[in-house]
Amino acid sequence: MLKIKNLYASVDGQEILKGINLEIKPGEVHAIMGPNGSGKSTLANVLAGKQEYEVTAGEVTFLGENLLDKAPETRAKDGLFLSFQYPVEIPGVPMANFIKTAVNEHRVHRGEKELTAGQFLKLMREKMELVEMKTKLTNRSVNEGFSGGEKKKNEIFQMAMLEPKLAILDETDSGLDIDALRTVANGVNALKSPETSSIVITHYQRLLDYIVPDFVHILYHGKIVKTAGKELALELEEKGYDWIKSEKGN
Amino acid sequence: MERKVEMEEQNKLLNDVTQADYKYGFVTDIETDIIEKGLNEDIIRLISKKKGEPEFMLNFRLAAFKKWEKMEMPDWAYLKIPPIDLQSISYYAAPKKQPKYESLDEVDPELLDTFNKLGIPVEEQKHLAGVAVDVVMDSVSVKTTFKETLAEKGIIFCSFSEAVKEHPELVKKYLGKAVPVSDNYFAALNSAVFSDGSFCYIPKGVRCPMELSTYFRINAANTGQFERTLIVADDDSYVSYLEGCTAPMRDENQLHAAVVEIITMDRAEVKYSTVQNWYPGNKEGVGGIYNFVTKRGVCRGVSSKISWTQVETGSAITWKYPSCILLGDNSVGEFNSVALTNNFQQADTGSKMIHIGKNTKSTIISKGISAGRSDNSYRGLVKVMPGAKNSRNFSQCDSLLLNDTCGAHTFPYIDVRNKSSIVEHEATTSKIGEDQIFYCNQRGIDTETAIGMIVNGYAKEVLNKLPMEFAVEAQKLLQLSLEGSVG
Repeated sequence: MLKIKNLYASVDGQEILKGINLEIKPGEVHAIMGPNGSGKSTLANVLAGKQEYEVTAGEVTFLGENLLDKAPETRAKDGLFLSFQYPVEIPGVPMANFIKTAVNEHRVHRGEKELTAGQFLKLMREKMELVEMKTKLTNRSVNEGFSGGEKKKNEIFQMAMLEPKLAILDETDSGLDIDALRTVANGVNALKSPETSSIVITHYQRLLDYIVPDFVHILYHGKIVKTAGKELALELEEKGYDWIKSEKGN
Repeated sequence: MERKVEMEEQNKLLNDVTQADYKYGFVTDIETDIIEKGLNEDIIRLISKKKGEPEFMLNFRLAAFKKWEKMEMPDWAYLKIPPIDLQSISYYAAPKKQPKYESLDEVDPELLDTFNKLGIPVEEQKHLAGVAVDVVMDSVSVKTTFKETLAEKGIIFCSFSEAVKEHPELVKKYLGKAVPVSDNYFAALNSAVFSDGSFCYIPKGVRCPMELSTYFRINAANTGQFERTLIVADDDSYVSYLEGCTAPMRDENQLHAAVVEIITMDRAEVKYSTVQNWYPGNKEGVGGIYNFVTKRGVCRGVSSKISWTQVETGSAITWKYPSCILLGDNSVGEFNSVALTNNFQQADTGSKMIHIGKNTKSTIISKGISAGRSDNSYRGLVKVMPGAKNSRNFSQCDSLLLNDTCGAHTFPYIDVRNKSSIVEHEATTSKIGEDQIFYCNQRGIDTETAIGMIVNGYAKEVLNKLPMEFAVEAQKLLQLSLEGSVG
């Protein structure tokens, strides 16, 4: 699915990622944890193709193709989805129109016909139920006036609509109360299949109670310093990150 | 350093996206009858004679010309206006063949082809429910439809020349009452030389059953276009009037100085919507229309209402301030505007709301969008007279910048002369968010579509005020005006 080899990236001339290696196979869930500033969000943004992040070395293949050569919208249409840590507001653009445009761009990319209004509405209702999203939200402008929880649900709703092959959840749990967390996690789990994979970026073990990872990686100073099974998350929860810091030196 | 390079790349991308060629650049080859270039009293007499006008019209023109001769071109706008040689313009052009058409089959096929290129097929317009079209090709009306349906209700909707001949008493009564001949340099010029335009009269108690629309088009080279529109809504009447225009691509600049006057009587309402898409000049700022327009409505009757809605995407220079004089007690004025400038376009546009009657209300919503190296200014005046007790105004002026090379400016003037009135003004300036574009990209939407979407979302409040079919056209236009070649 995704192969990252020796990836280096910088922003504003400052090197953030310093040689990441990671392989994700279909059906796998990988959690990436690590202290603030370790490069978790940078990794997510580099994979999604955000402009101000400059890849200085390394390679990434997604579904066997070079990912880094592709425009962000092509990566998205190939099946890479990023659930944003801070979803962006777009005033005046109704959520329903936005996601309809996105869905149809994906369909055209796959050589399928655009959805009719009826088909689209049916699909939208179905997917909204999945994340218990209120109907009125799709009539509102994209993320405008949404609460923190609604914004995160909206990200998972979009993920459900676009059915990505690889979903990157960037701190999807931040700012969520326990009920919203459960809803969001249930949504993510419902979309899980042997053909799809996900990368769950989080600070806390809490989310991983619901979305159970196959692997947990610890990112520290731009490198993956430890990889283990889901028990690693529990260990982190107990001991914090200090032991990693002292083990790796500062 | 890398950051700087990225920024430059981002700007370059935005520039590419915002540099689309003008899509409606073509010339229709129809024979035209053009009089010699130049402007003097003899020319004005000749225009009036060619049009077979009654004496009051000639006198109106001559009075305007005398005023105009003593006036100077205004220089207060935030515009760089190249010198315009008014003596090198021909002030009258009319299609030579002027048969009376019974059906569209008889219309010059080239003209129909023009409409097809514009995406406004006249043959389909017949079927378009509720839209009557008075097409102005150059200066003389070529085709008027739906006239009979309107006539049954007593509504007069015809070319201005026709109105002068068939309804001289109405024209005489209302012409120049909203925009006096001496109002400003361009209005005086228009009053002296105007060629044609539209006239509309809605009788007492009549709600016009359809949207009235006129498509304007400049065609003959070197011909100034001086349109004149007069709309009168009698007591308890209502009309929605649409004006939209595109012009063929040209290298030399063309002057356009139109005047639109609206008068509403007791409890009458006029909605005037414009989509303006004159040729804006090329990417280097060569060519394009100079658009100096005077639009003013007088809410003469109590509880009457005039609303101006405009989507301005064209012209090299736009100088335009649709205004309302709120004379009748409880009368209402509205101005809703989206003005988009790209490349080297310049726009200085806004509104004037003059409160004279008691309890009068006005709203100004202005959305400026600047791209390329353009300059986009809002200029507005809210004036509340001592007698306009308990009047209210709300103004909101927003500017959206698409890059670092364009400009947005706001010049609001407020003059309140009584203590019971409330005037509010809000203004914002923002740059299109790279984060917004990336968010769209991440959902599979390319940058070009994303910008179109974001801009349309920004302008939505105003677009929503347009009649349905016009709103769709306007949305496409905003997107087209920003479209370009993204790799």
